[in-house]
Amino acid sequence: MSEQRSEEVQVVDAEFDSTLESVDSAEDAVLHAAGKFGFDEEDLHKIGIAVRESMVNAVVHGNRYNIRKKVHLKVKRGEDRIIVEIRDEGEGFELEKIPDPLAEENLLRHSGRGILLMQSFMDEFEMYRADPKGTEVRLVKYRGKD
Amino acid sequence: MSVKLSTRQVGDVTVIDANGRLTLGEGASTLRETIRDMAGKGHKKLLLNLGDVSYIDSSGIGELVSGFTTLTNQGGQLKLVGLTKRVKDLLQITKLYTVFEVFDDEANAVRSFA
Repeated sequence: MSEQRSEEVQVVDAEFDSTLESVDSAEDAVLHAAGKFGFDEEDLHKIGIAVRESMVNAVVHGNRYNIRKKVHLKVKRGEDRIIVEIRDEGEGFELEKIPDPLAEENLLRHSGRGILLMQSFMDEFEMYRADPKGTEVRLVKYRGKD
Repeated sequence: MSVKLSTRQVGDVTVIDANGRLTLGEGASTLRETIRDMAGKGHKKLLLNLGDVSYIDSSGIGELVSGFTTLTNQGGQLKLVGLTKRVKDLLQITKLYTVFEVFDDEANAVRSFA
């Protein structure tokens, strides 16, 4: 599990049910925090999509819609960045085993582009096994970087 | 808000006008069902107008791809028109710009089906 870095201030600490409605709620919560921090409309759109993709992965693939499993969301604010951490309670998976969505043979696959979008829209992306179980994603967006 | 779809004919091309969000859940499934329904009725030339689509996630992209393969496998065509910059950027990021024919102008798009 990630550790709080000294200059980061936690602004959201929430727990969601493993439902599609939670995806919308989490996106709204993060965008509310990011908007107050001064991100522009384009960056807010990118943050929203990245959060949405991570939440969908947590709900659908991590927790498999299991009503007994929760998705944990933390939003932190650094001096010049926003940090979003999303953790599911699933069995975990290996990033290396996900087919490359940009490979020619995978372009017409129905799914598998979520991580690509998170990596493209955020400035930093990390994914790791959570403690005691599950997968955690850490997304970072710097304010005014583009 | 989910997506609202309406259809109209321009010659032998069926234009599907989409308005709203193409995201996992109702939005993406509505698109999937509409394309399958059109294909099932013999409408094999489909032009999807995304001019009023404000938001697409990877599930929405997945349904565009599924619609494309469904029609292609049946000898039909699915093309796109009116993409916003955000949607164009998504297609660039996912390399789907190399898969779909994309137009800015509906008249040119309709002519391309000939």
